[in-house]
Amino acid sequence: MPARLSELSDEYNVTQDTFSSLLLDPEIPCPKGLVSPSGKADAKRFSVYRNNVVVGLTGALADIFPAIQRLLGEEAFMSLARLFVADNPPTSPLMFKYGAGFAEFLEAFEPLANYPYLGDVARIERLWLDCFHEADAPPLALDALAAFPPENLGDIVFEKHPAVRLFSSQFAAVSIFSANRQSAAMDGIDPAAGEDCLISRPDAQVDVRQIPQAATLFFQTLFDGHTLGEAANAASNLDAEFDISMAISTMLEAGIFSSCKINNEDLGETGQ
Amino acid sequence: MLNATPRPIPADHEYLAECSVPARAGAGLKGQHVDDILSDEYKMGFFEVHAENYMGEGGLPHQALTEIRNNFPITVHGVGLSIGSEKGLDKDHIERLAKVVDRYQPGIVSEHLAWSTHDNHYYNDLLPVPYDQATLDRVVSHIGQVQDRLKRPILLENPSTYVAFEQSTMSETDFITEIARRAGCGLLLDINNVFVSATNHKYSPEKYLSEFPLGHVGEIHLAGHAEDKDDDGETLLIDAHDRPVADEVWKLYKDVVTQMGPIPTLIEWDNDVPEWRILRREAKIAEAILDAVPEHPLLGERHASAAE
Repeated sequence: MPARLSELSDEYNVTQDTFSSLLLDPEIPCPKGLVSPSGKADAKRFSVYRNNVVVGLTGALADIFPAIQRLLGEEAFMSLARLFVADNPPTSPLMFKYGAGFAEFLEAFEPLANYPYLGDVARIERLWLDCFHEADAPPLALDALAAFPPENLGDIVFEKHPAVRLFSSQFAAVSIFSANRQSAAMDGIDPAAGEDCLISRPDAQVDVRQIPQAATLFFQTLFDGHTLGEAANAASNLDAEFDISMAISTMLEAGIFSSCKINNEDLGETGQ
Repeated sequence: MLNATPRPIPADHEYLAECSVPARAGAGLKGQHVDDILSDEYKMGFFEVHAENYMGEGGLPHQALTEIRNNFPITVHGVGLSIGSEKGLDKDHIERLAKVVDRYQPGIVSEHLAWSTHDNHYYNDLLPVPYDQATLDRVVSHIGQVQDRLKRPILLENPSTYVAFEQSTMSETDFITEIARRAGCGLLLDINNVFVSATNHKYSPEKYLSEFPLGHVGEIHLAGHAEDKDDDGETLLIDAHDRPVADEVWKLYKDVVTQMGPIPTLIEWDNDVPEWRILRREAKIAEAILDAVPEHPLLGERHASAAE
């Protein structure tokens, strides 16, 4: 195909190969086979398609990454988005899945080297949208653990709710995300202070909560299928100050599990 | 009738509202309008959703659409199948569409005479096809593939275009007529698209409509367009869906429904989406025009042709 691009101006039949290569490269002239009523190739007319594609895709990125847009300003965001779109057109007609590589793109963009947290803020925004569209499942009731005898609590294992993600950043990406999603000032945020978060959807709305590092390990251990006792040990080993009752109330409020049962027991299941 | 194809409804997806779409005005559903719509005393005839917006697994979009579907008939309008694609349809995407259709039991399913995906890249726009024999054969076969999977006829929408293909060997109306005849699909007549394309390619929209196979039309779309100039300084209309329907389009609409009788009519407003009451006002204008139209003998012909 590229060998034939040089012959484009003489091409009479315009294939979808040709049409697509024109869409994302404004340097290639409009081929003769696409005409206006005066019978000639009309760059302005073809540019309507180029413009529709670019405006549509950059607009989709702006919808997915509003905190990044606020951080960069609309104009800078749109210039960056155009660069990203030209090299990374979507590979699925589901636009809510777009922008997976945007975080890496921001990190690799030399002029933004002084803002190394942007990539992680973008990752949190992408995870936010993943959780928004994830499958439905009733979360565990707030008093679900009360159904178990106290001596068995350590043996409980949980099933993760589909709409839950954990994320750890070496930057203050969670505070920066939250401030910019709420259009709030960033006073008092030290970008270099690492932060973790739990992203979940307790009702239809997605919540992003900052959590201690030990809580991340605690939840991840439970997601991996280990018991409550094992998870508590792992978290306490990481941080002697780990507050397990706080972590348990967070996990129930945030609705991050859909069921639990006593490990290796057939009849202990309770989803209510 | 096309929009009332009887089909079994799975027991886990029963809705309080009817499946079949009345010959009334409807509106494109926007998430920000859902609360206003549900609390509105005025009940719209139906709502149309873009299929792709409901191809996620769960969450708020499905919660909102389930509420709407319990109160109204809906129509499902696909924007991502790329029916005109040179490289075949994405079977996974057909399955996703089938899932949305099974779940929400729409009275009408429609798609576009356009392509949007090529070599695994999705361009998020409705791109034009040449009107020649190879394209015709391909589009007919693709529609057959979709209809076979959905086990129901779909409606195909006429495009708005900004360039013409020199390789075209037939008129758009002849092309569309052949598609409907061979694929056994219905048509979605977008009258704003007719006006936009007619202006852009300097033909008469009235003549286009006189050649359009109205007997196959199961739904009408109306929307607003923007105005620009091409390289020759000639008027170039853009199918922007960002403002009220133009007066010229209302006039063409009135002529069409006077000819064919009342028919489900959708107001599309996808960019710079206004408050619910503004969109509702547009739909009420269409509803008033429909109310003034007598039932017409042509409607009988439509029933007959759709039942083939």
